[in-house]
Formats: sequence, C-alpha cells, structure tokens
Amino acid sequence: MRLVLSYLIGLVFGVGISISGMANPAKVLNFFDIAGAWDPSLAFVMGGALIVTALGYRFVLKRPSPMLASSFQLPTRRDLDMPLIGGSAVFGIGWGIAGFCPGGALPALGTGRSEVFIFVAALLVGIIAAKALQSMSLRTRKVA
Amino acid sequence: MIETAFTPFQSLGGGALIGLAAVLLMGTMGRIMGATGILAGLMQPASLSDWSWRAAVLLGMVSGPIVVMLITGEMPAVQVPISTTMLVVGGFIVGIGVTYGAGCTSGHGVCGMARLSPRSIAATLTFMLTTAITVYLIRHVFGA
Repeated sequence: MRLVLSYLIGLVFGVGISISGMANPAKVLNFFDIAGAWDPSLAFVMGGALIVTALGYRFVLKRPSPMLASSFQLPTRRDLDMPLIGGSAVFGIGWGIAGFCPGGALPALGTGRSEVFIFVAALLVGIIAAKALQSMSLRTRKVA
Repeated sequence: MIETAFTPFQSLGGGALIGLAAVLLMGTMGRIMGATGILAGLMQPASLSDWSWRAAVLLGMVSGPIVVMLITGEMPAVQVPISTTMLVVGGFIVGIGVTYGAGCTSGHGVCGMARLSPRSIAATLTFMLTTAITVYLIRHVFGA
C-alpha cells in the first residue's frame, strides 16, 4: 500500500514535470534568458505548483498526522546561514550551465536519452563529493 | 540556442500536478516532495522502509514520460543545447550546490515556498538569481 501509493505519487510528479517543460533544458534555459530567446512558460509551472501546494498543505497539515506515517517531517530551522545561501548560489550556477535541475532530470531519465543519464551521473558524483566534504569538515571541527 | 514555444496551459497544468504530488506525499508519508532530499535519502538510507518508499517515488517519476508517451503518442521533448562536457560540469556543480543548500527547485522552490519558510524563500531567490546571471554570462557575454 505504502509503496504503491509512493509509486503513484512519483508518477503524478513525473507526468507533471514532463508536460510542464521542466524536463527540457532548452525550455528551462530560455526562461532565464530574458535578454534573448525568452520563454516565460516556467513561471506558469512555478505558479501552478505553488498555488496547489500552498492550498493543499493548509488542508493536509491541519490533520494530526499523515495517513501512513506517525508524524509530519517538516524542516523547523528558520535561520539563514552560509551553507544555505552559498549552496543555493552554486546550485544556480550549475542549473544555468546544464539546464537540468534534480527534479527535472530524474523524471527525464524515463525518456531514455543518454544526456539525462550523463547529467544524473555527474549530479550523483557531486552529491557524494559534497557529503564527503561535509563530514570531513564536521570531523575537523570536532577535533578542534 | 534553441527557440522554444510558450506553453502557458501545459506548464500551468504540469505545475498543478507537481503541486498535487507534493500535497499527496505530505498527506500520506508526511514528507517534503524534494528531488534532492529523496535522492540523498536513497544514497544514505536510514532503514529499509525509508529506502523503499523513496525508491518507489523515484520509479514513479521515471515512469512519468513513458505514461505521457502512451497517452499522447509522443515522448516529452528533451532538447539539450550544450556540450557533454558542460553537462558533466553542470551536473557536478548542481550536486555540490543542492547538498550544501539542502534542496532544489522542488524542495525549496515549491514545498518550502508554499510553507513560507524563510530559508526556502532565501534559497529560491538566490538560485533563481545565480541561474539567470549564469545564463546571461554564457549566452550574451561569452557568446556560447
């Protein structure tokens, strides 16, 4: 039940990404290219997603707990720190180079296109490298 | 550079489905629908049951384009206007950035913004800005 529902939720996300244009780097990059081949479509993706999520969350988060888990796992931090801002800035540089973000690229794997697999492989290497760096700096801080 | 058509209706509809998936995942599993978080949890699983729902979501995402093809007869477009080298560099940088920034377009941009999380709003503004600057520099300053 949990797994079937999780699969179907992933499928709804994947269909949404596919028809929205987020899986298409040319469309994503053109959204940011206001001075060139501007395609404002992605503002509609963000708008549609935000309206549905904001309304749906208000309804869902009023319940005492989720249907299939003991509690809602929501981030509680509200402070802004250097890893958040610096990491997000770096993410944007990569997104501007490649045109894929993780949420766009994962469903795009289903198209079977080799470019998507190359991007996702590089993405995984980046995640592993960053996690290794994070645990290294954590260890040095503990020693110091 | 590849010109892309403005698709307000598909993009709005696709965005609404992305939002629906986010609401359903919160309502059932109590989790944020973030591609970065789901991927990171797959690589460092807390438990088998934690790993399995993430794997099911990922499998569903990948099925998205295939279901779209079965319905419309056409695979969603993936147009990659950059070289393989840039794709690898971009993917690696995205991996570093989303790990330090703890989220990407889906986690911060949709789920976090919908909750009005100050961290997600700051992260989203930051990566949207650096993406736009990167695209501008690549296309209009270096003229690639």
